[in-house]
Amino acid sequence: MVLSGCRLSWNREYVNLLRLTATEALELMKRGEISSSEFTGAFLSQIDRHDDDVFAFLNVTGESAREEAAAIDASASGRPALAGLPTAIKDVLCTRGVTTTCASKMLENYNPIYTATCVQRMKDAGIVTLGKTNMDEFAMGSSTENSAYGPTRNPWDLERVPGGSSGGSAAAVAAGECVWALGSDTGGSIRQPAAFCGVVGLKPTYGSVSRYGLIAFASSFDQVGPITKNVRDAHLMLQFLVGKDPLDSTSVEYPVEIPPLEDRDLSGVRLGIVKELVGEGFDSGVMETFSKAVAMLEAAGAEIGEASLPHVEYALPAYYILAPAEASANLARFDGVRYGLRAGDTSGITEMYEETRRIGFGDEVKRRIMLGTHALSSGYYDAYYGQAQKVRTLMVQDFASALGQFDMLISPTAPTTAFRLGEKTGDPLTMYKSDICTIPVNLAGLPAISIPAGLSEGLPVGLQIIGKAFTAPTLLQTAYSAETAIGFGRVSPLIEGQD
Amino acid sequence: MEFEPVIGLEIHVELSTKSKMFCGCRVEFGGEPNTRTCPVCLAHPGALPVMNQQAIRYLARISLSLECSVPEKSIFHRKNYFYPDLPKGYQISQYDQPFAVDGQLHVMLDEKDYRVGIERVHQEEDTAKNIHGGESGRIAGSTYSLIDFNRSGTPLVEIVTRPDIHSPQVARAFLNKLKNTLQYLDVSDCNMEEGSLRCDANISMRPVGDTGLGVKTELKNMNSFKHLEKGLTQEIIRQTELLKNGEKIVQQTVHFDVTTGDISPLRSKEFAHDYRYFPEPDLVPLIATAKFVDGIRAEMPELPEARAQRYMKDLELPEYNAEVLTASRELADFFESVTEKTSASPKSVSNWAMGDLSGYLNSTGEHLATKSVFPEGSNICKLSPENFGNFVKMVDEGIIGVTSGKEVLPEMCKTGKSANKIVKAKGLTQISDQSELEAHIDEAIAGNPGQVEQYRAGKEQVIGFFVGQVMKATRGQANPKLVNELLKKKLSG
Amino acid sequence: MVTHDDVIYVAKLARLKVEADDLDRYAGQLSSILSHIDKISELDLTSVEPTSHVIDLSNVFREDEPRPSVDRDEALANGPEVENGAFRVPPILES
Ligand SMILES: [Mg+2]
Ligand SMILES: [Zn+2]
Repeated sequence: MVLSGCRLSWNREYVNLLRLTATEALELMKRGEISSSEFTGAFLSQIDRHDDDVFAFLNVTGESAREEAAAIDASASGRPALAGLPTAIKDVLCTRGVTTTCASKMLENYNPIYTATCVQRMKDAGIVTLGKTNMDEFAMGSSTENSAYGPTRNPWDLERVPGGSSGGSAAAVAAGECVWALGSDTGGSIRQPAAFCGVVGLKPTYGSVSRYGLIAFASSFDQVGPITKNVRDAHLMLQFLVGKDPLDSTSVEYPVEIPPLEDRDLSGVRLGIVKELVGEGFDSGVMETFSKAVAMLEAAGAEIGEASLPHVEYALPAYYILAPAEASANLARFDGVRYGLRAGDTSGITEMYEETRRIGFGDEVKRRIMLGTHALSSGYYDAYYGQAQKVRTLMVQDFASALGQFDMLISPTAPTTAFRLGEKTGDPLTMYKSDICTIPVNLAGLPAISIPAGLSEGLPVGLQIIGKAFTAPTLLQTAYSAETAIGFGRVSPLIEGQD
Repeated sequence: MEFEPVIGLEIHVELSTKSKMFCGCRVEFGGEPNTRTCPVCLAHPGALPVMNQQAIRYLARISLSLECSVPEKSIFHRKNYFYPDLPKGYQISQYDQPFAVDGQLHVMLDEKDYRVGIERVHQEEDTAKNIHGGESGRIAGSTYSLIDFNRSGTPLVEIVTRPDIHSPQVARAFLNKLKNTLQYLDVSDCNMEEGSLRCDANISMRPVGDTGLGVKTELKNMNSFKHLEKGLTQEIIRQTELLKNGEKIVQQTVHFDVTTGDISPLRSKEFAHDYRYFPEPDLVPLIATAKFVDGIRAEMPELPEARAQRYMKDLELPEYNAEVLTASRELADFFESVTEKTSASPKSVSNWAMGDLSGYLNSTGEHLATKSVFPEGSNICKLSPENFGNFVKMVDEGIIGVTSGKEVLPEMCKTGKSANKIVKAKGLTQISDQSELEAHIDEAIAGNPGQVEQYRAGKEQVIGFFVGQVMKATRGQANPKLVNELLKKKLSG
Repeated sequence: MVTHDDVIYVAKLARLKVEADDLDRYAGQLSSILSHIDKISELDLTSVEPTSHVIDLSNVFREDEPRPSVDRDEALANGPEVENGAFRVPPILES
C-alpha cells in the first residue's frame, strides 16, 4: 500500500515509516504525529540492517543526523519548509566538515572547507543529512561499480547494479535508507539509476541549479537534481534547489514560478516517442513495459505520436569527446599539492604528480582523462572536439524541432534493466551505451525525468520524459499525471520486508 | 652578411583591482603566505570562477589606450598544463577570441618615431608563487618548494606586440612608454621588482633586407628595463655569432643571468607544449557592446601626449619641458597640483621639478604624493604641492637665491616644512638691504685698491672678483643682482 | 588505432603514469572507443556553428569587492605536506 497525501487516517502501529514520501512525512511531522528523530531513527536502523549489503552510503553521519533531528523537534518556533527530512547526499557534493570523496581514493581524507550551494539551500530549509552516498568515481560510470570503495547493489536484486553514477543515492531511496536523496546527472547519472532502482529521478535544465560545490566532471553538462520516491517529492525538492547563485556564472534565476501539482489527466498533452530510442538494442522486456506504460498514458488522454531526433546516433560519440575533454581539465587539480592524496617518496614534482594520480585514480577515470586529453591534443582538436561541439548544435536543433511538434518527448530511460555486477565492466563501450537514451538530453541541456514504468522480470523499468528548457513545472505536471496513470506503487523487497 | 634582430614582446600586467579575477580574495603584494585564499583560488573541488567586472573595465582601458579594436564577443579558454603554482591545472585565459586586437603604440627614441604594432590584449589570471627551498634559493638545485597562493588568481592582462622591434633600445623605450601609459590609466602599479609588470621577449635574427622571420628564442621574465635591454643585446650577440659560424638557432627559452651577463639555454628539449585549449565552460561569453566601449572611452584618463599638448598650449611650457614632465604620471600629476594650488610660474615649477626635485627623488627612491597607484610600501616624499609652489615663487622673487634654493629644497622634501621656515631657521634669506650691502661693498673696495685700478682701466670682468668678495662676506646670502648694480655704481663713481 | 606511443603521449600530458603492462589494454580500449567516436567524422558540418554553452548567457560579473578569505589554518588543513604556512612540494625539476 502506498500512502497518498490525502489518505492519512491510519493507525500508527501499522505504518512503515520507510514507505513514507517526503511530502507525507512533512505533513505528519507538522501535525506532530511523528517526530523527525523517530523518522530519522527509522532510516538509520534500516541502514544498519541493510547497508552492509547494499552499500549505498560511503559515510553515514548518524550522530549528527540524530542531533539535527532532535534540534528540529525541539525548536518551538516556525519550522523551516523541509524541517526534519532525512536526506542522503551524493558524495560528489562538498559538505563542510564532512569527508567528501567523490568515491575516489584521491579524496579519501578530503574535508571540504565549504558547502555546496544546493546542499546549503536544503540545509537552510531544515533537512537532516544522513550521510554521503556511493557513486562511480568522479561520477564516471553507469553502474556504481567504479567506486574506489566497492560497488553499490540494487535493492531489488543484490546481484545487480543500481545504475550510476548516482547509484548510491538511488539505491538508498529504493532501500528505504533515506526519504530522498540528491544526485547529479552529467549523461544520465540521475535518471538511469532512478530507472534501475524503481524511483523517480529528475535532471533539471542546465543552469537552473547551482553547480558551486558540485565536484565537476563535465562542467557544461553537470546538473544536480532530486532522486525521490515520487514526482511530488521531486517537485518539492526542486523548489529548494533552483535559483541564481552569484557563485556560479552559469546559473540563472528560474524564469517561472513552480506551480503546485494538481491531479489531472493527460488529455491534450502531446507526447512524442523518440523513434530512434526504441527498438534495436533495447531489451524486449524494457520495450514491453514501456509500451504498456505508453498505452496507459494514452488511456489517460495523452496524444501519442512518433518524434524523431535524426542525429541522435551521433550523441554518444559527441558526448564521449566533450565530457572526457572537460573532465581531463577538471581533474587536473587533483595533483597532490593542496589536498587529497599525495604519493610519498618521490624525487621530483613530475614524479609526484604521476605517482599520485596513478594510485589516486581508478581505471575508468584514467581512461576518460586519456580520452579527453587525446581529443584536445594538438592535431586532433578540430576532428574531435570541434566536430563534437557541432554535433551538439545538431542535437540542440533536433530537440528544438521535435519539441516544436510535441509538448514533451518520451523514451525508455535505459535500454536494459539493471544488469548483473561485473557484466559490463570489461568493455567500457558497452557500458557507455547504457546511457544512450539520457545523454542526448544533456547535450541539449534540457530537463528530463525518469519515473517507474513498471517491472520487467521483477526489475524496474524507467520511463523518461523530456521537456523544453526551463519548463520543469509542466514536465513535472505531466510526470505526475503519468505516474498516476501508470500507478506503479511497488517498493523494493528491502522496504517491503519491513512492513 | 649583416643581421638585424626581430623582437616581439609579451607583457603581463597585474591589475590593481581590490579583489582577485575570479574570487573575492584581496589583491595585495606580500603578506604572510596563504592568508588571501579561498576555495576558488586554491582550486578546491567544486569551486567556480566569477568574473571581476572592474578587471574587465581596466582591460578595456588598456585596449583602447593601445588603439586596439574590440570585437563584440570574446570568450575564455582553459590553457592546460601542470605546475605547482597553477592550482586548477589550467589557467583561465583567452585564446582565439581575445578581448582586443590590432593596436599600436608609438615610441620616440633619439628624435625618431617607432611604431610598434599590438597583436592582441587579453585577460587572464596570475599563478601562485613558488618559493624554492634548499641552499641556492633558486629553482636549480632546490630540494623542495613552498607554494604561496596569495597571488593565485590576481587579474593579469597580457599584451602581445607584433615583431616590429629591431633594437634592444627600442624594446626598452617601448616598455617604458607602455609602463607610463599604464600608470596614466590607473590600472596597475607597474612595479617590475614586485612582478606587477613582467616582460618576455621573443627574438630572432635575419639578414638585413629580408622580410621573413628566423628561428626565435625566448627571454623570460626580464624584471627591469635595464635587464631587458642587456639581455636582448647579449642574445643578439649570441645568435649573430652562431649564424656567422653557419650554425642553427634552436627554438628554446634562454636564461639571462643578470649578475654574469651570460645567456644560457633554460630548456633545451622541452616536452612539447600542448596546452589543449578549449572554451572555459564555467564562464559565459564577454560581450563588449558599443555602449560599454563608449563608456570606457568616456572615463579614460588623459594620456601623456594629450597632457603635453595642454601644458604647451595652456601653460606655455616649452615642448621639451612638457614631454619630460608627462613622461612620468607622478611628476605630471604633482606639477599640475602645484600650478592649481599656487600662483608660481609653471615654467619655473617645471624647471625645478625636472631638475632638483627629480634628482632628489631618484637618489632617495621616494615618490611624490599624488593620486596614482604606488607600489605598496613606497616611501612618499613629504613635499606638498603648496610648499613647492611657494618655494619656486620665493626663488623667482629673489627672496631665496638659487644656491640657497638647492639647499632648501631637499630639506623641504625631508621634513615637509615650508621654505619660509627652513630659510629662517638657517638664516638663508637673501640680503637685499642696500645699506647693509653697501657696507660690505665699501669694505671690499677699500681692501683691494689694485683691482679697483684694473677695473677703472677698463678691465670690467674684475667686477666678478668683487661680487665674490661680497658673497664671501655675506656667506652667499647677498642678492647678486643688487650687489652687481651697487658695485658698478661705486666703482665707476 | 591508438598506439602505445599515443597512450604514452597522452598519459604524459595528463600526468598519469601508465605501467608498461597496461599499455596494451589502454591502447585497445581507447581504440575501440575512438572507433565508435569516429562516427562523427562522417558528418559534413562545415556550416554548423559549434556549441560551447547550451544556455544563452553573457557578461556575468561580480563587483570588485573583497570578501573575507578563509582562515589560513583552514586553507592548509587539507594539505598533504605543509611548512611555514605554505604547501610543500618536491623539487620542481625540469622534465
Ligand atoms: Mg599569458
Ligand atoms: Zn580566493
